[in-house]
Amino acid sequence: MIQAFEWEKPILELEAKITELRQFVDSAEMDFSKEINTLERRVEKLRKEIYEKLTPFQRVMMARHPKRPTTLDYIDLLFDDFVEFHGDRFYRDDGAIVGGIALFEGQPVTVIGPQKGRDTKENIARNFGLPHPEGYRKALRLMKQAEKFGRPIITLIDVVGAYPGIAAEERGQGLVIAECIEEMSFLRTPILAIITGEGGSGGALALGVGDRILMLEHAWYSVISPEMCANILWRDSSRAAEAAELLRLTPTDLLKFGIIDDVITEPLGGAHRDHALTGQQMRAFMRRYLAIINKTPLDQLVEQRLARFRKIGQFAEKQLAEM
Amino acid sequence: MLNVFRSKPKYATVKQHERVEKKDFPDNLWTRCDCCGKMIYNKELEKDGFLCVHCGHHFRLCASQRLAKLVEGHDFQPFPPLIAADPLTFPGYPERIKLAQEQTGLDDAIIIGKACVRDSPCVLGIIDFSFIGGSMGSVVGEQLVRGFEYALEHRLPVVIFSGGGGGARMHEGIFSLMQMAKTAQAVGRHSRAGLLYISVLTHPTMGGIYASFASLGDIILAEPGALIGFAGPRIVEETTRQKLPPGFQTAEFALAHGMIDDIVPRNQMVDYVGRLLKWHR
Ligand SMILES: [Zn+2]
Repeated sequence: MIQAFEWEKPILELEAKITELRQFVDSAEMDFSKEINTLERRVEKLRKEIYEKLTPFQRVMMARHPKRPTTLDYIDLLFDDFVEFHGDRFYRDDGAIVGGIALFEGQPVTVIGPQKGRDTKENIARNFGLPHPEGYRKALRLMKQAEKFGRPIITLIDVVGAYPGIAAEERGQGLVIAECIEEMSFLRTPILAIITGEGGSGGALALGVGDRILMLEHAWYSVISPEMCANILWRDSSRAAEAAELLRLTPTDLLKFGIIDDVITEPLGGAHRDHALTGQQMRAFMRRYLAIINKTPLDQLVEQRLARFRKIGQFAEKQLAEM
Repeated sequence: MLNVFRSKPKYATVKQHERVEKKDFPDNLWTRCDCCGKMIYNKELEKDGFLCVHCGHHFRLCASQRLAKLVEGHDFQPFPPLIAADPLTFPGYPERIKLAQEQTGLDDAIIIGKACVRDSPCVLGIIDFSFIGGSMGSVVGEQLVRGFEYALEHRLPVVIFSGGGGGARMHEGIFSLMQMAKTAQAVGRHSRAGLLYISVLTHPTMGGIYASFASLGDIILAEPGALIGFAGPRIVEETTRQKLPPGFQTAEFALAHGMIDDIVPRNQMVDYVGRLLKWHR
């Protein structure tokens, strides 16, 4: 059974009732189809009401659902013949970022993304999906490899942030994020970035400098996590829900701000409810946007990529502001 | 603004940097050093660029004080001023900006323009901690990019003092985050044209500022004792539940771990940077 959120309880209760009634019908050989139909319409309506009015923090929680597809799940769903490549050729292999070559609809692509664990054991091995500098160095190595061989890059981003640890600082966490951002900006190969879950700060941006940037419906992307923001504002991370409202971190907001290009709809109730359907919906978007960037001449592609970020920012010239 | 500033006193090995302004001791002749506790004659303190003559402790400088030390009376032409907007309509942000402007006399957390350092023309930018922790929002990002673009157009070197960089400015949310990409790209274009960028990290250079333009210098220098890192020390301590090693995230730590080229005391900074600029002319 999938772990449910508090706000989903009415839906789940109704769903349970329908299942129960069905089982009863099967065993008692009685006709309750009218009743079942009514209940099904009610649950459908309830789903719409609840899921279409999710608060920003409810979306953040959806993005963190333990059964939400992880990067390796998406790779399974969307690509064929994935071969994973390891290591930064320098220090070690960071399990918190996975990457390699796979076929997307027959075309070889480089696919890279932070990887959360799907259970406690894997989470420990993958440091809860929090990358060290060597993870970003591996990502950068694979991106440069992709550039060399003219492969498009697809990044699947789901990371709360780069790991804040002693060793990470010793090995230049800040420096390597800066390098990733800078080098990615000038890579002469198409880059499609998809924020699939959490898009936390510099650790997400380090893989997020794309020609097209897409976001799943229940993903978030922000300069700071709601918890940290609440901690700074009110010294109380339990007020994360309020902070999530202030940060404007939902795909709807980010689309309006021109930060992302499109929002990929998830199955009703979230990606965790139907991995296969999530994959199907993503595939259609990826096909469409890859086709565009695949046929853009490289000079133009890089120019457009730079121009896209160049214009982000809101300010006023002083003279105008004072008038 | 960011956690790092609050936790400062807990890390005794990092010298405490208290902001010193002239108004703090207008009539007094002596100042007590925060670090060694000894008394310093004010004229001597000021002459040396707010360094303790006894222990070498670097007091925090505001951008205009630092600018004066670097241009030594030569011309400085600032770029046209920009004023922050409030893209998220974040509660209290416009008031915070207004207050910071009144308190510092600055438009935002950066002074940037065309300068001459020891006869070498360059674009010189200085971030000021006293303006919302020296954090980078749209204005700081745009001004830096304009600086690098101007330098590219006129084939000039760039020198940025990113001290006081509290990271990305939370109140501008995703717009702040994107300034990391925008500034890194401006550095990249300038760099790919074969031009010199000297990044000087002063106390404190953290978060989104460290993880973007500040880390991308051809030459990266730091002032002694400056706090330099990605995650704030409090966050690191809370996450890892480990005792932080002595001197964690100081300039000396960054040097030992191979992250910066050199540590330069403030009273040698203009000689040092001036020489580098001359060698790259
Ligand atoms: Zn002293």
